[in-house]
Amino acid sequence: MKMPKKYKRSYLLNFLGLLLLYGIFVAMFESQIFGTSTTYVKGIFTTACYTIVMVTSLNLVVGCMGEFSLGHAGFVSVGAYFSAITSNALVGKGIPDLLILIIALLVGGLAAGLTGVLVGIPALRLRGDYLAIVTVAFAEIIRVCFCNFEFTGGGKTMSGIAKLADFYWAFWIMVVCVTIMFMYVRSRYGRTVKSIREDYIAAAASGINVTYYKVLTFAVAAFFAGVGGGLYAHYMTAMIPTNFNFNYSAELLSEVIIGGTGSLTGSVIGAAFLSSLPELMRQFSTYRMLAYSIVLVLVMIFRPGGIFGTWEFSLTRLLEKFDRRRPHVQKEGE
Amino acid sequence: MAEKNNTPVLKAQNLGIQFGGLKAVDDFNMEIGQSELVGLIGPNGAGKTTVFNLITGVYKPTEGSFYLNGKKMNGKKTHQIVEAGIARTFQNIRLFKKMTVIDNVKAAMQEKTTYNMADAVFRTKKYWAEEAALTKRAKELLEIVHLAGKEELLAANLPYGQQRRLEIARALATDMKLLLLDEPAAGMNPTETEELLEIINFIRDEFKISVLLIEHDMSLVMKICQRIQVLDFGTTIAAGTPQEIASNPKVIEAYLGKDDE
Repeated sequence: MKMPKKYKRSYLLNFLGLLLLYGIFVAMFESQIFGTSTTYVKGIFTTACYTIVMVTSLNLVVGCMGEFSLGHAGFVSVGAYFSAITSNALVGKGIPDLLILIIALLVGGLAAGLTGVLVGIPALRLRGDYLAIVTVAFAEIIRVCFCNFEFTGGGKTMSGIAKLADFYWAFWIMVVCVTIMFMYVRSRYGRTVKSIREDYIAAAASGINVTYYKVLTFAVAAFFAGVGGGLYAHYMTAMIPTNFNFNYSAELLSEVIIGGTGSLTGSVIGAAFLSSLPELMRQFSTYRMLAYSIVLVLVMIFRPGGIFGTWEFSLTRLLEKFDRRRPHVQKEGE
Repeated sequence: MAEKNNTPVLKAQNLGIQFGGLKAVDDFNMEIGQSELVGLIGPNGAGKTTVFNLITGVYKPTEGSFYLNGKKMNGKKTHQIVEAGIARTFQNIRLFKKMTVIDNVKAAMQEKTTYNMADAVFRTKKYWAEEAALTKRAKELLEIVHLAGKEELLAANLPYGQQRRLEIARALATDMKLLLLDEPAAGMNPTETEELLEIINFIRDEFKISVLLIEHDMSLVMKICQRIQVLDFGTTIAAGTPQEIASNPKVIEAYLGKDDE
């Protein structure tokens, strides 16, 4: 059976929308609209890109699976270090930069995904608060290990990582990652994981191997966290294991929650907004954390499900609204 | 007893479970033949739901064993038992509340879907074909339980009686041979119970499955069950046809108490 027409149209439409968005960004940066601070603004956007990947991946665990993970920075750090080590080994061998970046990100992602499986098998027997504690412990273990391992610089800053990720590549890598995660959620995998979130006893009684799908989703989330970490490493070019501490995990988690647990749109927008917020408010740096906390408190009081709840943005639906044609129920889109 | 030519669908032998010092179920024996409908009744706390939990692998039996179509099922995990062909509904409805009605049913068909992650990500032909087949099948099942047209509603927003029926549809989606219904008529009004009765009879004829039914609504039990087994304090106190059970002094004693003179 071929792809139904309405989906084909919707995918095409979303792709065109993305191209347009990308075009706007390129035009913005190339025309030097920000003058001397172009590089700086570009940097903020790049930060937003890899944060989006990390936050969206965490939303797979928190939103779709309904489990709290407070150790996502652990996976980010595994991805960051493994990809940095890979690219260090490959740079200067005549391989094109983009290829090195992709290989490095894949290696970082796979390493993180594998860690996800190893952590997930014992940890996902637990639920709720207990799991949250275990994930915190895991991230701490990773941090302490990386502070002491020789190959990660032994607690010193690991610097001199090739700067392979600029905004343009980060943007497309982010798009690919988010699309894959979106497709994952909108398939039998997402359906299964959601049913486990809703009621794991009923899920098992419907023939679902609860542990398998939980570990699988955890691993997928860890993989993309690793990819995000890889982008981070190749954009920052220097890092220290203590960057990926508990605060970093908590930050990612709060971005998921503010954006809306279960809404990938919410994660994308929440991450984009919140990762650039500290930069935009740099002149009020004293009050920055205060503002951040107030936002968090207000969101929890007025929109406990997050700003977007489980709502997903759909370009198709939006255009239909403009079209004034009869709106039909359709949830595809970014 | 209605022994059919082949092995019984379900056979429980001396099945029992002990929680600490409490024998919740003791020496439970039962045979259910092809497309037979057996009732399991007893006062509150008699261990009926515990029997269900034993048969579906939620609890591991501490004694005895049970067989599905002659295959030993002891110690298997719940999802393996479902795959082998035993599906159930729950006494306190357990739906996937924040999912649509059709997704509730499709989730139960998970194990029969074969497209892999690459198919899902790249939306291959296989993905579309299988998803379309799932949707079609799910719609058929929803029609059987009279829920056609409610596909896109959230399960939580269905009225109580419809939620019970959706649970049955979800159980049917697993393609089971034995359906365990845990108080399907609880909280239903007479009209809804009547509708449920029709549905149960219809799926028995349509799918040729066996049904084990826990129910407190005696009129329903007496009407549709071919055989009834009565539990009290974890032990079987009577078994037989509805007529035999209705006049059994032990059963009357268990339900109404002993006449002390």
